Amino acid sequence: MRGHVLVVDDDAALAEMLGIVLRGEGFSASLVADGEQALAAFRETTPDVVLLDLMLPGMSGLDVCRAIRAESGVPIVMLTAKSDTIDVVLGLESGADDYVVKPFKPKELVARVRARLRRTDDELFEALSIGNVQIDVPGHQVVRDGEHISLTPLEFDLLVALARKPRQVFTREVLLEQVWGYRHAADTRLVNVHVQRLRAKVERDPETPEVVLTVRGVGYKAGPP
Amino acid sequence: MHPLAARSYRRLRRLDRRAVGHWRRSLQFRVVGTTLVASVVVVVLLGLVLLHQIADGLLASQRKSAIAETTAGLQYAQNQLSVLGGSADPALQPTLLEIGRFLSNRGGSGGQYDIVLQPSTGDLERVAPADIEITIPSDLRTLVNRKLRQGYTYAREPTAAGGSAPTLIVGAPVSTGAGLFELYYVFPLRNEADTISLVRQTLLTTGLVLVLLLAGIAAFVTRQVVTPVRLAARTAERLAAGLLEERMAVHGEDDLAKLATSFNDMATSLQRQIAQLEELSRLQRRFTSDVSHELRTPLTTVRMAADLLHSARADFAPEVARSAELLSDEVDRFESLLTDLLEISRYDAGFAVLDAEPTDVRSLAVRVIEALRPVADHSGSELVVRLPPELVVAEVDPRRVERVLRNLLGNAIEHGDGRPVELNMAGDADAVAVTVRDFGVGLRPGETSLVFNRFWRADQSRARQSGGSGLGLSISREDARLHGGWLQAWGAPGRGAQFRLTLPVRHGEVLTGSPLPLEPVDDGRREAASAGGGHVG
Repeated sequence: MRGHVLVVDDDAALAEMLGIVLRGEGFSASLVADGEQALAAFRETTPDVVLLDLMLPGMSGLDVCRAIRAESGVPIVMLTAKSDTIDVVLGLESGADDYVVKPFKPKELVARVRARLRRTDDELFEALSIGNVQIDVPGHQVVRDGEHISLTPLEFDLLVALARKPRQVFTREVLLEQVWGYRHAADTRLVNVHVQRLRAKVERDPETPEVVLTVRGVGYKAGPP
Repeated sequence: MHPLAARSYRRLRRLDRRAVGHWRRSLQFRVVGTTLVASVVVVVLLGLVLLHQIADGLLASQRKSAIAETTAGLQYAQNQLSVLGGSADPALQPTLLEIGRFLSNRGGSGGQYDIVLQPSTGDLERVAPADIEITIPSDLRTLVNRKLRQGYTYAREPTAAGGSAPTLIVGAPVSTGAGLFELYYVFPLRNEADTISLVRQTLLTTGLVLVLLLAGIAAFVTRQVVTPVRLAARTAERLAAGLLEERMAVHGEDDLAKLATSFNDMATSLQRQIAQLEELSRLQRRFTSDVSHELRTPLTTVRMAADLLHSARADFAPEVARSAELLSDEVDRFESLLTDLLEISRYDAGFAVLDAEPTDVRSLAVRVIEALRPVADHSGSELVVRLPPELVVAEVDPRRVERVLRNLLGNAIEHGDGRPVELNMAGDADAVAVTVRDFGVGLRPGETSLVFNRFWRADQSRARQSGGSGLGLSISREDARLHGGWLQAWGAPGRGAQFRLTLPVRHGEVLTGSPLPLEPVDDGRREAASAGGGHVG
């Protein structure tokens, strides 16, 4: 459970406070104040989770997010002062897995970080498939038509959650609980954006999905196996 | 009516309607139409007068020579007959014939006129051309043989060539010792008729051409005016549609050029003002966004520090521990106030965006109810929930609708004085409605619209329980509005209050009604269900 957290925030007081809280919860934390240093620190410290402020001097938070995502599937939690759709969606589309809106409660933040660190390493061998997409759960491998598809851990979890119960329709709330670890309902946009991201990777044509299907007004379900 | 007639009647009506529509809409059509009607009237009147004048002139000269001819003939007949004896003279009949022949021949071989010599009395034969049947009109005869006066008339007489032609008949009495005779000169007016007919034809053709020409000129002239006006209208439409760069072309220096110039000035001025407003709005949005970020970051630090202190308060002295609690609580309040203020300023800046998606409103309500159940339990209010058994899917922004429901239910619990709080939901094909009812002190008349005002409180002296910002209902109303929905309040002293949220099922559609009444129908006052409580949404 214990892990290393990279905090990228230009506000020194907040960064220090985050450090105190995270260390108090048993994590180790490195603090970085701007976007350019963030990438170097990321490569150096190989954190288990990145806490990233979206508004940074130098390189913007979104760019840092994309740069990290290009290198690794490490969980990224955005810190944002804006809850407007456009900002949140932009952040999620840049590769963030989750976000917390300032001002957040320390418990909320820790819960988000924990949820991202908790990996499902249960089954010894489990192979699932939706349509022509094969999922090797313990190996964290997804293959479509013999071709390897690279998914972030969160996208992988989302796909596995859907594939495990092929006929069940998942509401966004249920997915938020199962995949993101939210006890109480949160922002369903998280699900929407991640479904889009997932579709962009696993669907032949994201416009007419065959793997992740929308059930209008309810939620999502896996396509036929 | 015969079906064919009915059809053509309908077609005529349709044509008529179309013409009326054109008449009302098109200035050009109206001007050309008016010109056409007016010029037809003028040309017809003018033509009639002209025709009349020409005919009169032609006939008058003809008449004059005819009368002179008749007078001369009369003289001759008088002289010839006066040499005879009484009416019994056997030479009378031959003389009459002789006179007739002589007078006829005087007219020349062209047959300029025919002679009729009619004895008024006795059994003498009348002298008339053999080949045609000439009938003298009776009123001319009366004039000649009763009043013994010379006169003339126009009549149609048969011609030698067959058919009939207009003629001028001049008659004169020949009074002699041998009795009374009537001498008639019958002048065929063939040439005059031809001339008049030619003139009429010419006038008709000229008139028609003139009318068409006038209509054409009117069309041309109005077109010159109407085209720029239509262009101005089209440009105005494009401006209204947001194409602020649109301008009219200015040609020359006439009135139309002035119109175009003024129009362009107006457009420029509008564009400048809109740009100014946009700039202001952009600044406002920037400010909101900046304030948001600048305030939230330190607040987050304060909040984390307060929480840390709060969770460690057991280790502090009692006063310090209590301070940590107060700090933590007030940071909560500060935060909710800030959030609400930022939300309302986002609405004021016109920056609120609806993120509508098909959502089950019922599950939103369930979520809100579960979240607020502890609060309700704390204040002793029972939550009475009546939800439809099936999904209620509507295109709404789930975050905003959830916020509205949380606000309404939270308010109801706060003002419910520990009595039950009811939540009803119903949906139909077009709308979803949720009502939240409390049985607290209720709203006084007029307060149903005040509740949506910012920082309005029903009772200033009332102790606050939940520490709401006072902006909740204002924001909720804006949320409802953004959906194209309604948020309305009903209340009566002692009967509590009810709020109704109505949202269209399909985003962008206009609400026409709500599946639930605004006034609760719980205590036998069903007849008043539709009254009271103005639309606020």
